[in-house]
Amino acid sequence: MYVSKMIDRLKFSIFSPEMIRKMSAAKITVPDTYNDDSYPIDGGLVDQRMGVIDPGLKCKTCGGKLRSCPGHFAHIELVRPVIHPEFGKTIYFVLKSTCHSCKRLLLSEKQVEDLSAVIESDIEMEMKSKTKKLSKCPHCHTALEEIKLLKPTGFSKGKQNMLPTEVRDWLSQVSDKDLRILGFDPMHARPEWTVLTALLVPPVSVRPSITLETGERSEDDLTHKLVDIMRINQRLEANINAGAPQLIIEDLWELLQYHVTTYFNNDTSNIPPARHRSGRPLKTISQRLKGKEGRFRYNLSGKRVNFSARTVISPDPNISIDEVGVPLEIAEDLTVPIKVTTWNLEDLKKYVLSADYPRSLYVLRPDGKRVLVNDLTRQECADTLCIGCTVERQLINGDTVLFNRQPSLHRISIMCHSVRVFPGRTLRLNPTVCPPYNADFDGDEMNLHVIQSEEARVEAELLMKVHRQIISPRHGHAIIKPQEDYVSGAYYMTRNDALFTKAEACNLLAIAGVNDLPSPDKGDKYSGKLLFSMLLPKELNLQMRSRLSKKPAHEIDPDPDANIVIKDGILLSGALESKSFENEILEKIVHLRGNEAALRFVDTATRMSLAVITRQGLSVSLRNYSLPSEIGNKVEELQDTMRREIDTAIMQYKNGTLERISGRSMRESLEDKIMGITSRTRDNSGKVIENHFGFTNTAILMAKIGARGSLLNAIQMTAMVGQQAVRAKRVKRGYRGRTLVHFKRGDVGAASRGFVFNPFSKGLLPTEFFLHSMGGRESLVNTAIRTARSGYMQRRLINALQDMVVRNDYSVRDSRGMVVQCIYGGDGVDPMRSGAKIAIPEIPDALKPSENDV
Amino acid sequence: MKGKTKVDIGEAVGIVAAQSIGEPGTQMTMRTFHYAGVAEQVPTGLPRLIELVDARKEPKKPFMDIYLAQDASEAAAREVAQSIECTKLNSIAQIEENFLEKKIEVTVDQKELDLMRLSMDDVKKALKAATSGSLEANGNVITIKPSASSLRNIRRLTNKLRILHLKGVERIRRALLLKGKDGKYFIRTDGSNLAAMLKQPKVDTQRVYTNDVKEVERVLGIEAARTCLVREIKQVLDLQGLTVDVRHCMLLADAMTMDGEVKSIGRHGLSGEKAGVLARAAFEETIKHLIKASTGGEEDRLIGVTENIIVGQTVPIGTGLVRLKMKLG
Repeated sequence: MYVSKMIDRLKFSIFSPEMIRKMSAAKITVPDTYNDDSYPIDGGLVDQRMGVIDPGLKCKTCGGKLRSCPGHFAHIELVRPVIHPEFGKTIYFVLKSTCHSCKRLLLSEKQVEDLSAVIESDIEMEMKSKTKKLSKCPHCHTALEEIKLLKPTGFSKGKQNMLPTEVRDWLSQVSDKDLRILGFDPMHARPEWTVLTALLVPPVSVRPSITLETGERSEDDLTHKLVDIMRINQRLEANINAGAPQLIIEDLWELLQYHVTTYFNNDTSNIPPARHRSGRPLKTISQRLKGKEGRFRYNLSGKRVNFSARTVISPDPNISIDEVGVPLEIAEDLTVPIKVTTWNLEDLKKYVLSADYPRSLYVLRPDGKRVLVNDLTRQECADTLCIGCTVERQLINGDTVLFNRQPSLHRISIMCHSVRVFPGRTLRLNPTVCPPYNADFDGDEMNLHVIQSEEARVEAELLMKVHRQIISPRHGHAIIKPQEDYVSGAYYMTRNDALFTKAEACNLLAIAGVNDLPSPDKGDKYSGKLLFSMLLPKELNLQMRSRLSKKPAHEIDPDPDANIVIKDGILLSGALESKSFENEILEKIVHLRGNEAALRFVDTATRMSLAVITRQGLSVSLRNYSLPSEIGNKVEELQDTMRREIDTAIMQYKNGTLERISGRSMRESLEDKIMGITSRTRDNSGKVIENHFGFTNTAILMAKIGARGSLLNAIQMTAMVGQQAVRAKRVKRGYRGRTLVHFKRGDVGAASRGFVFNPFSKGLLPTEFFLHSMGGRESLVNTAIRTARSGYMQRRLINALQDMVVRNDYSVRDSRGMVVQCIYGGDGVDPMRSGAKIAIPEIPDALKPSENDV
Repeated sequence: MKGKTKVDIGEAVGIVAAQSIGEPGTQMTMRTFHYAGVAEQVPTGLPRLIELVDARKEPKKPFMDIYLAQDASEAAAREVAQSIECTKLNSIAQIEENFLEKKIEVTVDQKELDLMRLSMDDVKKALKAATSGSLEANGNVITIKPSASSLRNIRRLTNKLRILHLKGVERIRRALLLKGKDGKYFIRTDGSNLAAMLKQPKVDTQRVYTNDVKEVERVLGIEAARTCLVREIKQVLDLQGLTVDVRHCMLLADAMTMDGEVKSIGRHGLSGEKAGVLARAAFEETIKHLIKASTGGEEDRLIGVTENIIVGQTVPIGTGLVRLKMKLG
């Protein structure tokens, strides 16, 4: 993109009345907008010299029409000066720091000198403390009077109220030198300019009126407010000219002040907000800028784009992970601009000449004219197509697009995909890329952006392509990884009993795109391990403990299946589970062969494992979750023991023989003990179930290999739901002395405090259901609060850290150039490439602190 | 290998760090944690992370881990734990004021006294030092007749006596003996007082730890505070089972401490002191920043990210940092 001009800096200042008058295109004299013919009144608040918003009219200042005229400011001459409400505090500060008689700073020469050592931001505090106890001006020795700020715009000196005219006079007599000390820039911001004598009126385009269906005009809130100001201003003028009593004039003056105050900020404290006829508070200048929906955050920091699409997503495991399936309907609407060159002229002509997809929608001529390509213009466009033109062509396979799902919590929420156009109405993505987007297919929608410039395309492909994001910068582990059914598939494929005939083997390899067939290793059959190994790089070596190992991590497990061993790219032992398949192997490949190889591995391995699991079949049924009576009895026994144990604990508590946990009361100790008993019971029942079902139960199998679900899910469905908790304690609230009327008062046993004995498969008792729902509600409420809180925390973090960048010397600095870290992370290593490791050098003995140092 | 793992120049490490710490925020629990009987409802997870990032004056539940220098036997550790636990008069005695006779009666509970390993003499000594006037002991009841005997003074004195320090270290509400992973004993306390703990005999001053970052800053300085911050942030995340690279935590801690004091993330800290007017106005307190900028005639040099987004220019990050100069002719 060609940049002709750049903004170097922005200067903030206050408009002086002279400046306002100078830049004003019109002086507003009539407190009204349109006349009876709905034509703008001259000198009214929609004077045409301020620009126009009605189609057909011309701006009287620049001659521009609706779109071409940016609008011009006008002004209102205020009959009496009025204080700008937002500057109340600033004015107060100046008044407090100067003498009311000689208007000099209330500091001796010496103090002024000392002040130069104070940091700018602390000047206000410093002044306050220095002038606080002063009773006389150090220069003219006049006794000082107490100045008070009556928020937001009133001032009093001693016991007398000060009129804005007085304030203005005072402020205008403070010297530039003194103002500079107070932190003002007197060239651009004299304090007396904050007492308004002329009010700047924004152009109409800033406050457009809307025409309702009835043909009635509805003016913008700002216009309403300006009309109010004009009315009072005129009344005040008339009264002054008529020589009305001072009291009346002051009343009107105050009213004018009120209107100006609310014009700037309609929720100033101590001031009743100005309201619309309907009772709705007006949205004035301050409200327009402030907050999430304000100008800054909504319009300035948030940009809107063209060339984007949004629709529901659905999974497609057959496309590559760096592709995105785009519905034809969308592809027909979105365009890619392509510059015409000698080399692609003929090619692009075809697009221009074509009547159906893929065709060109617009041609941009070298003179900047945009021509719509349709049946009438098609031939002409093609004939006149020349170098320097740009053809806007429909989206086709292989185009580069950005794909995004909100909330965009991290950078991998937006990634670069290449397009595959498909029939249908949903955007399709490979389920393997769900984790970075945090997407699922229960109705999620995602956004698509078509890249419009060559530079952007190169950047996106180099930096944002999916395969570049396989490793997350958050922890250096894989985030784009095969999960759930892929893991089950890989497990079934690499199990020892997984044998495939030649036909099956050929099929599987072909699906994965492998063209050589190894010689069979198990008689005339092929082991799944061998077939899977075909996808691994030859230099891959890996030895790790399987999740399926029953021994603790530090002990050696002699069972060969408990250890996953890959030697020179051949899987020798162990069945793959989530840890090895999702992370270890994939991460190793990234480090050995790079991102593209990893992408190919993910594509092929997922396809292969999906083929296996599709043929194998994997499902759960009610049988997986119903217990035979002898096992059911065992669970009931456990529950009986639990009841007994709880009863004993309660007895002990009543006798006072319960062991007290230090730092807790007896009651708390009892609760702790019971919580321990209940959770132990549930865990024990889990063991019973595990022993009974083993791997024959697909739910447990999936939990064990880390494909989906957990053992807890299985327990809750088959054995018992277990203890329900509210605020990390057993359920306690409800009626006096009991949770529900179904229990006796004072019953602190398991059932009355929210222990659910039944499993989900059998169904819950009404009381259990109720108490269970209490726990459920709490977690729902927590989730809602958590999202809000963490969202705000992240906004703050981003805002504080966003300017920090690695500089050429590997230091991290903020936008001011201040060093945050001398070398990024202490070692200059990118977490994404670190392999989730840190190499902290050993501290040499000489540098270690010795005993004597303390 | 080294070259392969280096960061790219221009990488927006700040944003990556903020995202890496912020993104898992939604997965964190809100539950409080209780530390082995010392303090209950110690914030963990999101509330604790927010507390750290806010750089609060004092954490909601400050605690310390104290290791012993040489003799780390159970008995020695227990003794130290006992000696540092702060005991106030009202926890071992009933204090009643008698306005009619203008005296204060302190009834000491012998059981509690023994539990705290204090004697009546200790109590008397402390009372004597704290009061002026006559002191009379009768068994476990001590009667004080203050010399300044206006009602107001009596009330004031009783209030003072209630929190009369008898023994231990100030602000250490409880001290509990725990067995570490290495089998050695250490003391965990409810409440934190690093400065005093460093002066305690028998305490390994190199390993004393407190979770109060601001206190570490006050006592040991900014570098120690940074280390403490990194450790606390990392620990919160680890406890939730969330893996986040330390470098992100380090960058956050470094940013918070770069100016020589622990500053919060937010409008009162880092964000409120940013260079650009527009950046500050776009974050929070829009009007305030605009007004301040106008009176001071401030300039926005458009050097930050937000500012350039607002005016629609290239952001000075990553590829946006690269400038090309073309040789003409």
